Amino acid sequence: MGQTLAEKVWDAHVVRRAEGEPDLLYIDLHLVHEVTSPQAFDGLRLAGRPVRRPDLTLATEDHNTPTLDIDKPIADLTSRTQIETLRRNCQEFGVRIHSLGDVEQGIVHVVGPQLGLTQPGLTVVCGDSHTSTHGAFGALAFGIGTSEVEHVLATQTLPLRPFKTMAINVEGRLKPGVTAKDIILAVIAKIGTGGGQGYVLEYRGEAIRSLSMEARMTICNMSIEAGARAGMIAPDETTFAYIEGRPHAPSGKEWDAALEYWRTLYTDDDAVFDTEVTIDADALEPFVTWGTNPGQGLPLSAAVPDPDTFADESERTAARRALEYMDLQAGTPLRDIAVDTVFIGSCTNGRIEDLRAAAAVVKGRKKADTVRVLVVPGSAKVRLQAEAEGLDKVFTEFGAEWRHAGCSMCLGMNPDQLAPGERSASTSNRNFEGRQGKGGRTHLVSPLVAAATGVRGTLSSPADLEPLDLEPVG
Amino acid sequence: MEKFIRHTGVGVPLRRSNVDTDQIIPAVYLKRVTRTGFEDGLFAAWRGDETFVLNQPGFAAGSVLVAGPDFGTGSSREHAVWALKDYGFRAVLSSRFADIFRGNSGKQGLLTGQLNQDDIELIWKALENAPGTKVSVDLDQRVVTCGDIVAPMQVDDYTRWRLMEGLDDIGLTQRHVDAIDDFEAARPSHKPRTLV
Repeated sequence: MGQTLAEKVWDAHVVRRAEGEPDLLYIDLHLVHEVTSPQAFDGLRLAGRPVRRPDLTLATEDHNTPTLDIDKPIADLTSRTQIETLRRNCQEFGVRIHSLGDVEQGIVHVVGPQLGLTQPGLTVVCGDSHTSTHGAFGALAFGIGTSEVEHVLATQTLPLRPFKTMAINVEGRLKPGVTAKDIILAVIAKIGTGGGQGYVLEYRGEAIRSLSMEARMTICNMSIEAGARAGMIAPDETTFAYIEGRPHAPSGKEWDAALEYWRTLYTDDDAVFDTEVTIDADALEPFVTWGTNPGQGLPLSAAVPDPDTFADESERTAARRALEYMDLQAGTPLRDIAVDTVFIGSCTNGRIEDLRAAAAVVKGRKKADTVRVLVVPGSAKVRLQAEAEGLDKVFTEFGAEWRHAGCSMCLGMNPDQLAPGERSASTSNRNFEGRQGKGGRTHLVSPLVAAATGVRGTLSSPADLEPLDLEPVG
Repeated sequence: MEKFIRHTGVGVPLRRSNVDTDQIIPAVYLKRVTRTGFEDGLFAAWRGDETFVLNQPGFAAGSVLVAGPDFGTGSSREHAVWALKDYGFRAVLSSRFADIFRGNSGKQGLLTGQLNQDDIELIWKALENAPGTKVSVDLDQRVVTCGDIVAPMQVDDYTRWRLMEGLDDIGLTQRHVDAIDDFEAARPSHKPRTLV
């Protein structure tokens, strides 16, 4: 019997296999940030252990970093301590770090691919659940806890029990205005926030093949919101073209050898998935969440659902509680929901393509007076690229705030937060209670919907905008 | 990790059931960046109460915590184990432990020994009648002794072996360092490196 992509990558990394014990898996790339690493480094120090492979480890500062005044000391003491601790640890253990102000600084899941470090067939881990992002390259990438961070630092391996495999077949073609974000929100709404538990998801089908690498990363990024351990997409010419020429991409003969291996990384025709799910891309519309978990989403054209219509009792209860927290009435058209803040950024949608898409919508327009619009590039390089293309001007003329790179309002560990009761349309990945600030209310959306919402002040898609006289809208 | 074969120290009677990890160490202590120094957070909510057992001179230097049933429930925070160890505890005895807490403890050298609740009650009385009384925990023989009381202790074979060998997770993996070396030697050279 053939193998799935996930099984091929898994098997290629087994250091040791013994009956009744977890497999010992080799880790090719370990990404580190300031929040989940301090105790791991301290554990090494206490035991007198070195980092086994600093050359397979990369640190960046992202969760806590401010997006304004980045040349000044960080005001929040806890944040500053975590950042300073990471810098000290990296220096002591010989780990490469991209600090605030460095041209390669940014969200760890934007930086890895941008440097060409994320490649097909690798095992990638990070003390962050959105490590699944890197699966877009055909890597097996997943989040780990602090003890596991220490374990990887010390041994470059992890003892793991195999995951189950699930195929997510996205067949057909997306309509204009429908994006990768809408696909993944629809997937999560379909299988539920626990539907992927214990699985590696492999996204397949015509609609996936036609996506750019940025879009594939958006999809794999949110695999964790379906409860999955990882998400993967088989590498293809799009993948290879993205990697070629990046700072850490192989070159010359190494490139040829790598390419030869990468071309073997697909699910065999006779392989069997533990579960299969099919999504019809043709039928998808821009998707938004109405509740407090990423599975509580609907097409933008729908209305806030009536909790009593849910068949499952726990879903009814969850929906009631969500509507109360979100201060929404059943039956309200989603398009009528007014927001206070639009956030464009995060490891889900903070890449150059996301900023281009949003800029194309707002170009030549003014934001609604009632809305604050925050644009936070995923990395310093994305920011520079956007500025080279004049996107910063487009955003500031629109009335948006153009910020420095970091996780920012996705999780509000830095000063970028919602005030209690404030409502956002956010291109991030979690709409949990209080995620973007205590009492804040989050609607997850694509960059296109975020941009259009910034124009009208209520949840909107670009198709809802009045045509501009002079220029066509992207 | 320090090996645990047997330990004798002052027993501390904690007459409470369902002590969850928030009670062992509140969330506010989780902002720290170190692996040590959590002793001040241990049972923080109760330490201000002068009648609390650890505030009594006879028990302050305790190293064997004799707790009520369902110890260590709630959040998975490893800080709960760190706090107990940093305070000086080497073993916790209870009639029932929460699974995650028990797992976290075994990985970090803190013995969680399961006793019958009847034996726990007997030990509580002995300790309360004479604060400062020592409790002996013999992992090799799986038995707890306190004065005349001799109580059998349940610890699963795997955890017992790890503790007696002093192997944390990393130590366990490092027993296979040859396999890791071999794997690394065969890794393709086109795989990326962060340092050039």
